[in-house]
Amino acid sequence: MSTRIGVVSFPGTLDDRDALRAVRIAGAEPVPLWHRDKDLKQVDAVVLPGGFSYGDYLRAGAISRFSPIMELIISGAKDGLPVLGICNGFQVLTESHLLPGAMLRNNHLHFICRDQTLRVENANTAWTSDYTAGQEISIPLKNIDGRYTADERTLDQLEAEGRVAFRYTGMNPNGSLRDIAGITNEAGNVVGLMPHPEHAVEPLVGTGRTDGLGFFTSILKRLVSA
Amino acid sequence: MTLDTVKHAEQTPDTPLPWAELGLKPDEYERIVEILGRRPTGAELAMYSVMWSEHCSYKSSKVHLRQFGEKAPQSDAMLVGIGENAGVVDVGQGYAVTFKVESHNHPSYVEPYQGAATGVGGIVRDILAMGARPVAVMDPLRFGAADHPDTKRVLPGVVAGIGGYGNCLGLPNIGGEVVFDSCYQGNPLVNALCVGVMKHEDIHLAKASGTGNKVILYGARTGGDGIGGVSVLASETFDDSKPTKRPAVQVGDPFQEKLLIECTLEIFREKLVVGIQDLGGAGLSCATSELASAGSGGMRVELDTVPLRDATLSPEEILMSESQERMCAVVEPQHVDRFMEICEKWDVIATVIGEVTDGNRLEIFWHGEQIVDVPPRTVAHEGPVYQRPYARPEWQDALQADDAAKLSRPASGDELRAAVLQLTGSPNQASKAWITDQYDRFVLGNTVLSQPEDAGLIRIDEESNLGVAVATDGNGRYAKLDPYTGAQLALAEAYRNVAATGARPLAVTDCLNFGSPEDPSAMWQFAEACRGLADGCLALGTPVTGGNVSFYNQTGDVAIHPTPVVGVLGVIDDVTRRTPIAFAEEGQLIYLLGETREELGGSAWSQVAHDHLGGLPPQVDLEREKLLAEILISGSRDGMIDAAHDLSDGGLVQALVESCLKGGKGARIVIPDGDDAFVTLFSESAGRAIVAVPRSEELRFTDMCGARGLPATRIGVIDGDALAVQGQFEIPLDELREVYEGALPSLLG
Repeated sequence: MSTRIGVVSFPGTLDDRDALRAVRIAGAEPVPLWHRDKDLKQVDAVVLPGGFSYGDYLRAGAISRFSPIMELIISGAKDGLPVLGICNGFQVLTESHLLPGAMLRNNHLHFICRDQTLRVENANTAWTSDYTAGQEISIPLKNIDGRYTADERTLDQLEAEGRVAFRYTGMNPNGSLRDIAGITNEAGNVVGLMPHPEHAVEPLVGTGRTDGLGFFTSILKRLVSA
Repeated sequence: MTLDTVKHAEQTPDTPLPWAELGLKPDEYERIVEILGRRPTGAELAMYSVMWSEHCSYKSSKVHLRQFGEKAPQSDAMLVGIGENAGVVDVGQGYAVTFKVESHNHPSYVEPYQGAATGVGGIVRDILAMGARPVAVMDPLRFGAADHPDTKRVLPGVVAGIGGYGNCLGLPNIGGEVVFDSCYQGNPLVNALCVGVMKHEDIHLAKASGTGNKVILYGARTGGDGIGGVSVLASETFDDSKPTKRPAVQVGDPFQEKLLIECTLEIFREKLVVGIQDLGGAGLSCATSELASAGSGGMRVELDTVPLRDATLSPEEILMSESQERMCAVVEPQHVDRFMEICEKWDVIATVIGEVTDGNRLEIFWHGEQIVDVPPRTVAHEGPVYQRPYARPEWQDALQADDAAKLSRPASGDELRAAVLQLTGSPNQASKAWITDQYDRFVLGNTVLSQPEDAGLIRIDEESNLGVAVATDGNGRYAKLDPYTGAQLALAEAYRNVAATGARPLAVTDCLNFGSPEDPSAMWQFAEACRGLADGCLALGTPVTGGNVSFYNQTGDVAIHPTPVVGVLGVIDDVTRRTPIAFAEEGQLIYLLGETREELGGSAWSQVAHDHLGGLPPQVDLEREKLLAEILISGSRDGMIDAAHDLSDGGLVQALVESCLKGGKGARIVIPDGDDAFVTLFSESAGRAIVAVPRSEELRFTDMCGARGLPATRIGVIDGDALAVQGQFEIPLDELREVYEGALPSLLG
């Protein structure tokens, strides 16, 4: 049986097609999920893609977090369901308290779209095992509310537990505390990051690099070997 | 206040109406009375006033725009031509592509963020209404001087508005232009282009047919924003003495538009609509009258069923409101339930507001009382047509006589070096990344090329790798010197840019930005530009599929430079063969294609070094442009060239700087024997491009150019980490990059 990876569309989700394509290119079966769905269609993992769900009104991710499908994902994640939140999906994960912290408006107040270098800090999560710790990858970054923030104690705890999964290198594009680009939960099944690995899976389009494909091959290997 | 019903209008023929305040001229009002055989009601007056505005009726431009049809080249690719929401072109494999460029100039000056945002929203709905999924946008922008304080108000707002709306819709922004010139200080140009893709069988048209079919308004509720936007704002000149017109600017909600797009595409997939029209300029007045006018019957609308954001709106205001994110569909009764279900799925409000009738009248009712009874064609398609007087301005001769040849030129290597750095760091030639980095160019995952490439290029089929390229260009300085030639240069440049990526140019859209049509000089510029563009399109075999005219771009008596912006769409069978601008491989040979003459009139150098505008623009040779395009396309398809960059403003040296910096590789250039270094580097002769040729392909490539008669001159090689012109100067790439990338952030950051 093929490995099924679900990609959730909320109203205003934009990168769902890209995420579905990335799952397919990695060799898994992409399964579109709708925010009103009341079952997860037997998926083995879930991607919450980028976009402006509910127009980012109120706060980015704040309304999507209450979608029917999020109840299933939140309880699933607590039981080990692998979940990757990209950009707006990361914001949904922090709003859902599956990951700590929050995203503020970029310190320069502009939307920024660029090819961004990251260092993989934790290559032991469900979504990063195809990378090596310390490896630098370059994938697109595009957001206006991307400045990761949390209180000092939380940040210290994330550092101590090795839960900072990705850090910006070269330049910090938005003022994120401790250059944090992405984090993981304690169990390593839930990962969230602001940059977009799903936009860097084909040499032809985007930045011309395929540095993002490792997220999707990592989870596929994990699920196949499980 | 009593309701001004049709009956009331018949009984009170002498009631004075505010037709002048709504922008109508005395003879236009007389004609309305003649058509109706009585005075119009307030609601009818509202409809006629917005639909007969310059913006909606094209009353001053129509007689000139006809040439685009009359002189249209034979093209098998054209599926839908001028007159619909947007033109549609066949790109093969059963795909059709629709594209169009439109202006949102005046709103963007009054309220930069919302003006620019709703400009994106409007053009996207036009594309959607054709049945297509919008897949990319681009924005040709023109602002006042980069160092003027008001540019700091207008530009960041416009850019944030385009980004805020387009990014939230999930449409990649793949190109466009940014030009600074003090002539746009009080009247920036904010044009917006959208591209959409569909299968041939999915093409939809704006018409209401089939008696008993339901008219459904869906999308956002109607509010009080944008009332009279087209008549009061877009069709008049800015004047300091009048109050600001902010209430006439619409307010956008991109989230609502995203839902509207997905909802509409799902409705199309299930084939639930007979006809469809978006609501943009002139709102419901436009949608109802155009749908009814283009269809076979009449239409009856119950206006009080329209969902409102503000319950106090009068029927006239509802008809004139330009609230965004609304569409109007004509649906057979048996499909209405399914239509409503899909709208409910996407949280889109949908309301049956009327139906198609077997008469030939557009009838609108307000709580059961009739307030509109008009022949819809007289509102939508048979508005006034003017033969505006036009005359070549008396200053034109003096301007053309003021030749740029007399300007003092850099002579030594050091002076040339300084001139290159001055040009590279000037706002018009410098990197636009400060702007384009605020736009999402990655979303949808099909962007093969985007800014600062010559054209944006997107894949439209993942299996076959079929793709389309789009470029927009316009040079107001050239057009000021000679509007006929200037329009052809804009066309030639966009055509060349598309070909430089390896795509075959197919069709044209245009946004014609001019001063007041009531000024004979501006009208002459417009007439000449139309003639030049129509002749050019015929010569190149690329028909105009649609576009937009924007008049009254002036402050007081001073008009902008005439600015025809031309968009060219091309098709590429295999996007993996596309040619980027970057010099990527050391050792590859740099060839200059075409001929360089001493042509400095209107050039970037004359502006940057001398603040001069005079003389004649570069000559146009459209046969040469076709030949150059064929070589660029063949070279790309057959793997003979690895980089190509069109030569336009800034000439050869600007193209070299951009190709070097994009690829991070230097170039060693040798000025051909007997040629003047300054002219070679800075002249802006048209019909030229540079290409990078792998050594293994050199013979094949030069043989091809020789056989077809295109001059190809080997001018250098990709090498090192500097731009070096032998015997003249050398500039390290780091120094060039600092100047090129630093200019806009230091002016705007």
